[in-house]
Amino acid sequence: MAIELSGVRYRYAGASAPALAAIDLRLEPGRVVGVAGANESGKSTLCLVAAGLAPGVIGGRLDGSVRIDGLETRAMRPHELAQHCGLLFQNAATQLSNTTATVFEEVAFGPCNLGLPVAEVVERVWWALRAVGVGDLAPRDPARLSGGQGQLVALASVLALRPRYLVLDEPTSELDPAGTRLVAEALARIARETGVGILLVEHKTDVLAQIADEVVVLDRGTVGLWGPAAAGLADPRLVELGVEPPAAVRLERAVRASGLEWSAALAEAIE
Amino acid sequence: MTVVPAAAEPGLPDYVARQPSGFYRSINPGTKLAVAALEVVAAFVVPGWVGPLLVLAVVLATAAAARRLRGLGTIALATTPIVGSILLINLFLLPGASDPIARLGPLAPTWSGLWFGLQTVARLMAFSLAIGLVYLTTAVDDLLSDLARRGLGRRAIFVVGAAVQMVPATIERAGEIVEAQRSRGMDTEGRIWRRARGVLPLAGPVVFGALTEVEERTMALEARAFSAPGRQTLLRVPADRAAHRAIRWAAVFALVAIVVLRATGRLG
Repeated sequence: MAIELSGVRYRYAGASAPALAAIDLRLEPGRVVGVAGANESGKSTLCLVAAGLAPGVIGGRLDGSVRIDGLETRAMRPHELAQHCGLLFQNAATQLSNTTATVFEEVAFGPCNLGLPVAEVVERVWWALRAVGVGDLAPRDPARLSGGQGQLVALASVLALRPRYLVLDEPTSELDPAGTRLVAEALARIARETGVGILLVEHKTDVLAQIADEVVVLDRGTVGLWGPAAAGLADPRLVELGVEPPAAVRLERAVRASGLEWSAALAEAIE
Repeated sequence: MTVVPAAAEPGLPDYVARQPSGFYRSINPGTKLAVAALEVVAAFVVPGWVGPLLVLAVVLATAAAARRLRGLGTIALATTPIVGSILLINLFLLPGASDPIARLGPLAPTWSGLWFGLQTVARLMAFSLAIGLVYLTTAVDDLLSDLARRGLGRRAIFVVGAAVQMVPATIERAGEIVEAQRSRGMDTEGRIWRRARGVLPLAGPVVFGALTEVEERTMALEARAFSAPGRQTLLRVPADRAAHRAIRWAAVFALVAIVVLRATGRLG
C-alpha cells in the first residue's frame, strides 16, 4: 500500500525539456513526506504526476511508473483517482465550486458527484469537517471565509472523498502565520488520526520540520536530497538547493558560528 | 438514482434542508423560469404597447409584493447605457421616419423614432426585469438543484451556477485590481476620459487573471470527482407544489398560444 513513483520522467505538452527526470519516490499511509526545492524545480509537476492528473487531465508525456496502491494511474479515470488520492492547490478560491451556499454543501460537492446516498454524504461531510477541525464553519458562506479557513474547507472537501493519500501543493503559500498554523495543525492531526499519507510541497520549512517524517528536495526535476525530516532539513546542501532551512536550524548555526554552546535543552526549548 | 427529498434525511442540517419562504420566493424555480419565459415572449411578440406594458406591470407588482423593487431598480439602472443608445439611434436614425420634432442642423429627431425607441426600450426593460426578478427571488443553489432534478447534465448545471456566481466574484476582483492600480499611481477617478484611460490596465488583469485560473479550477474539479458517471446526489430538492405545477403549465400553454396566435396573424 503506497504511492510509488519509479523512474518517472514527465514533459509538458509542447515543452522541449522534461519538468521531472528520473524521480523515484514512495509515500505510505500515515506518513508525511515533505517536498521542498527552488522555483522551477518540479514541485508542482510532481504533485500533478503523483495525483495522476498529469498526463491524465493536462496531457504531456509520462515515462516510468506511477502506482497508487498497486494501480497504475494512467489506467484510472479522474473520479477514480480522486477516491484514492486527493489534491489540493495553493489558492483556496480556485478550489471551491462557487456553486454552493454553505460550507457543508461545499464539502458535500465531491461525495454528491459520486452519487452516494444522502445519509452517507452527510456522514462523510461531518467526518471531514471534524478531521480538519472546522465543524463550526459548516453553516457559513464559503465565499466569505478567511484564507486559512478557505484552505481548510478545501482540504475537508478533498478529504470527504475518503482518499488514502493527500497531495498538497503549497497549501500555506497564500496564508498569514495564523492561517499557516491552522493548516499545519490540521495536517498533523489528519496524518496522526486518519492514517492518510500526505505528500506536502512546502516552501515554509518550519512547517515541514513540524509535521514531516521524511523530506525530499527537488533539484531541476531530480531528487537532490531525500531522508528523514530532521536530518534532511539540517543538511548543509539545503541552501545550495535553493531551500531556506527551518528557523531552529538557522538559529543553531548562528549560535555555533558565534562561538556559543548549543545545548539539547536550548533546542528543546525552541521546539 | 432516485431523488430523495432532503428534509426526509436525518442528520442533514436545517440550513441545508431549508426551503425558501416569502411571496414569490417560495415558488418553484422552474415555475419562475417558465413565467419569466412567458413574460419575455409576451413583451416581444405581442405587438404595440400592450405586451411590454402589461409585462412591466406584472413584474413590478410581483417585485413590490416580494419586496424586491429596490433590486429591480438597480437592474434597470444597469441597462441605462443600452437604453440610451436605443433611444438616440431610433430618435435620429429610424429608417423611413418623416415626422420631425425639430431640426438640429443636419439632424432631425422624429416622432416615429421617439415612439418606436420608447416601445423598444419598454420591451427591453420588460425582458431585463422579468429575468432579474427570477435572479432576485431565487437562490442559485435552489435553481441548480431544480434543474438537476429535471435531468439537466451536471456540466450544464455547473456552467449556469458558476456563471451566475462569477458576477459578484468578478466585481470583487475588479475592486481589488482598482485599489492595486491606484496604489501604483493610476488615476481611476475624476473626468470620464481619465477613467477611460484606466479601462485597459483594469480589464487586462481581470480577464487574464480569470483565464489563468481556468486550468487550476478544472483540475480542482476533477480532484473532486466532477466527471464521475451517473447522477449527482441532491441534498435538497426545492418544493414543487400542485399550485406551482399548475402555474408552470399555464405559463407554458400561454407562451405557446401567444406564439401561435402571432404566427397566424390573430394578434395583429
